[in-house]
Amino acid sequence: MSAYVETPDAASKVNYLTNGWTWQSWLLTGDHKRIAMLYLISITVFFALGGAFAAAIRLELMTPRGDLMEAETYNKVFTMHGVIMIFFFLIPSVPATLGNFLIPLMVGAKDLAFPKINLLSWYLYIIGGILGLYVAVSGGVDTGWTFYTPYSSTYSNSAVIATAMGAFVAGFSSILTGLNFIVTIHKMRAPGLTWGRLPLFVWAHYATSLIQLLGTPVVAITLVLMMLERGFRIGFFDPALGGDPVLFQHLFWFYSHPAVYIMILPGMGVISEIVTCYSKKSVFGYEFIAGSSLAIAILGFFVWGHHMFVAGQSTYAGMVFSLITFAVAVPSAVKVFNWAATMYKGSISWDTPMLYAMGFMGLFTIGGVTGVMLATMALDLHMHDTYFVVAHFHYVMVGGMVMAFMGGLHFWWSKMTGRSYPEMAGRVSAFLVFIGFNLTFFPQFIVGYLGMPRRYHAYPDEFQVYHVMSTAGAGVLGIGYLLPAIYFTYSLFAGKRVTDPNPVNAKGLEWTVPTPPPTENFIVPPVVTEEVYAYAEQEEKSLV
Amino acid sequence: MSDHSAVLDAHQDEHVAHQFANAKQQYESSNLGMWLFLMTEVMFFGGMFGAYVIYRTWYPEAFKIASTATNVPLGAMNTVVLIVSSLTMALAVQSAQLGKKKMLVWMIILTMFFGAWFLGVKAIEYSEKWHHHHVPGANFIWEGDGGREVQILYCLYFAMTGMHAVHMVVGLGIMTWLLLTAIKGHYTPKYYNPVEICGLYWHFVDIVWIFLFPMLYLI
Amino acid sequence: MQHNTMPFFPDSASTIAPEIDGLMIAELLFSVFFSVLIFAIVVYFALKYKRKSEDDRPVHIHGSLVLEIAWSLIPFIMILGFFVVGTRVFFRAYTVEAANTMEIFVTGKQWMWKIQHPEGPREINEMHLPVNRQVKFTMIAEDVIHSYFIPAFRLKKDVIPGRYTSFVVTPTKVGKYHLFCAEYCGTQHSGMVGSVYVMEESDYEKWVAGGDESMTARGEALFGQYGCSTCHLPNGKGRGPSLIGVYNSMQKLQTGGSVKADESYLRESILNPRAKVVEGFQAVMPTFQGQISEEGLLQVIAYIKSLEKEEGQ
Repeated sequence: MSAYVETPDAASKVNYLTNGWTWQSWLLTGDHKRIAMLYLISITVFFALGGAFAAAIRLELMTPRGDLMEAETYNKVFTMHGVIMIFFFLIPSVPATLGNFLIPLMVGAKDLAFPKINLLSWYLYIIGGILGLYVAVSGGVDTGWTFYTPYSSTYSNSAVIATAMGAFVAGFSSILTGLNFIVTIHKMRAPGLTWGRLPLFVWAHYATSLIQLLGTPVVAITLVLMMLERGFRIGFFDPALGGDPVLFQHLFWFYSHPAVYIMILPGMGVISEIVTCYSKKSVFGYEFIAGSSLAIAILGFFVWGHHMFVAGQSTYAGMVFSLITFAVAVPSAVKVFNWAATMYKGSISWDTPMLYAMGFMGLFTIGGVTGVMLATMALDLHMHDTYFVVAHFHYVMVGGMVMAFMGGLHFWWSKMTGRSYPEMAGRVSAFLVFIGFNLTFFPQFIVGYLGMPRRYHAYPDEFQVYHVMSTAGAGVLGIGYLLPAIYFTYSLFAGKRVTDPNPVNAKGLEWTVPTPPPTENFIVPPVVTEEVYAYAEQEEKSLV
Repeated sequence: MSDHSAVLDAHQDEHVAHQFANAKQQYESSNLGMWLFLMTEVMFFGGMFGAYVIYRTWYPEAFKIASTATNVPLGAMNTVVLIVSSLTMALAVQSAQLGKKKMLVWMIILTMFFGAWFLGVKAIEYSEKWHHHHVPGANFIWEGDGGREVQILYCLYFAMTGMHAVHMVVGLGIMTWLLLTAIKGHYTPKYYNPVEICGLYWHFVDIVWIFLFPMLYLI
Repeated sequence: MQHNTMPFFPDSASTIAPEIDGLMIAELLFSVFFSVLIFAIVVYFALKYKRKSEDDRPVHIHGSLVLEIAWSLIPFIMILGFFVVGTRVFFRAYTVEAANTMEIFVTGKQWMWKIQHPEGPREINEMHLPVNRQVKFTMIAEDVIHSYFIPAFRLKKDVIPGRYTSFVVTPTKVGKYHLFCAEYCGTQHSGMVGSVYVMEESDYEKWVAGGDESMTARGEALFGQYGCSTCHLPNGKGRGPSLIGVYNSMQKLQTGGSVKADESYLRESILNPRAKVVEGFQAVMPTFQGQISEEGLLQVIAYIKSLEKEEGQ
């Protein structure tokens, strides 16, 4: 089948990593696995950068006076933190790295449907990222990642257009990735791989891709309108012409709320894979986990108004948005309960990925229930735009998505690189991340309820104790992230070599190919004959 | 589509990219890919259509008055030009299916000609707006009734027709590529998928205009 | 304000605050219950079913429809309760209840709050209120979006350029409280803070009496200064309609249809007079956009509002 390997024996000699050593073989590659690695390197750089901005924020907030930096600098720092973490880290994090790497493998295809478009999406991401970096070094932007008008379109004196352009371009990269995934999942599944046998990771990415396709273009045009208003004074949202600045918020959140689900659904897919593998059990309630991904994606398009309960939106519209937001809690809860039920009477190993997955379940639950609080209109009157909101979305984004991303990275690391990481160091870092995370963000719930508003660079004295805790926690969290960066890099060069196609005894087509996989993935085109997560059948075979 | 799939299934040819199992899979994938892309385009324009609907509901009078100053004859002519270009595009796809290479090349050239014509007329309209001081932000002066909200319609006018024109320019770029490959004889009755896909895009851009014309010029 | 080094709950100083706190505690119990439940289940399963040897065999269970329905419906019904209560409390923040509701006018600009009392006093970044009396805030921004946030009242509302927003609150406790801007508004966003002083009614009366001209009087002066009075004659024979009794009345429009002459309509008619011209008049009034400040507008509107009482027409 493949031009590179004739026999299974030769497969171990040439894999996608060793197939070509030139720069061009990487930078002009069409191979989804190489593109995934390119993405992995680039998002790691942005994560480190966004993390550095976060560290600056935490240091500044240690004291109630703004004594580390000027207000203007602080505003630029939190804006860069948000822009980088959201547009250049969270949105591409799991889909563009693990998704890119694994979806063709999981569906039994040689590559994604459009390899050149896949490469193009990486270049678009890089162009967007370079614009973001250019802004960071050339004076910054101070609008917050939400670009609210009329501040962004009229009053800000910073590089708004370049930043919005960066987000705009990166948005297209996200659209193209989503498009590639949907076509691949629809049209390139191996014979026998029915929709009911798709791994839940693939279902989660299918739902994510729908949001990317339908939501991202709306924020793209919204940013264009904002840039036109800023650049040419074509005032769509200008109150002096009878325009409405709140309309910008509606258009912006129409995408950006579903985008929150772009930032969590792929993580949920990762957790489904890890929990089943490390419990050695078929997943509990497959249809419900798969269906809830789609339910979240669809309902997610009708809740954007909960960002505007106090923004002068009609209270009746607010009621509808509040109710639908409550409804989103159901499919999210269904997932958590099903994962917990999957562990019931399992055979659970305490390996690093499973530790991250268990952390995810707990932290995501906290993120979810505090989301229910914020969806209550009366509580939002008080908690809107306070640190309560900040803590809530960090519990979902960092406690959820980043934990899942780390878990997935550990889970598939040997498959991706052919090397293993030191297990003990992995467990220590998972523990540190969990402790550090909670210490950083739990106090923010309290200080938020006390009334500390977001995006404040100086604050009343009585809030200080919580900010000090938060900063201390951020230190622990930082070490928790630094550790994997070190041992992963180390393992690339000196880690134990893995050649076993399935070192963790997991189910799924990605574990049937050699480690690391050859360029066109499958030596013999796969045919699927068993149900998904057939761990029971695996035992029977091993007993025979 | 189904009557061609038998032909496509028959055997692989050199046009099947390595990641696909067969020509049928490739054909279906690229068509689905284009339809999904057009879905994102619908949402892209949808944002502006949404803004239009909201402002129109708030300021019906101002919008009615403002649209009287658009050049209806030129707009109508452009509508006809685009519909004709859609026809020539459809004929191009048919020529490719039937393997009439010369016809295909001429139909692509005609489609491009009408596309360029449309853009030319659009340029005339824009310069007319400039002379009448109807460009918001830059030089907007409104003598008649309607109040300050009149300007909002012109903001939307330039954003919507401008974005549409950008899509036309991209379309012309795609058509140029299609023309060059068609001259080289890339397309056969077995492999004409790129012509079909470019056609889908071209029709979509035309349909957007069919909505824009009444919204901005007539009502 | 007591200076607690590690406060856990904010001051509670309005009628709505205990209601919001009660709802908060209810939802907190719900949240703690589910979070602890999930943590406990995960940790318990992880310990109890820990893999002890390679021969460990799990029990395979594929799912249970009863459980799925149970854990979808039960939490949903619980949160529906929160929805109902939460929405009711939310509406109360916008409902004028008392007959003696007083009004406060707030203008937000980068980076200060300007507060006007109808009786005259004007303040910057400070607001004095009497205790136990309902207050209606009418707010507008001069530049970007701000948000008027008083944590002790558990209330906030965005302050938007180009349109009035409002909310209603009854302070219940004498004291000094924080006032924050909660919507990011630029460089000195975190400096756009101030204090709210809730005073005994008698103290407030004394404090108000110390102020100068009332808003109505200022508005009347502006009405003359901008030449409004030359056309809007009280007998209705001027080039513009008489404004006596116009506030909150229905006005027939030149283009057909009618509009309620509330604060927003009056503001629009001053800034953009051609938009909604009253039947029987020509669109001859010039725009005052850029000439009159938002504070001035509030004063002129206060004057127009006062015209019905005084003339008794």
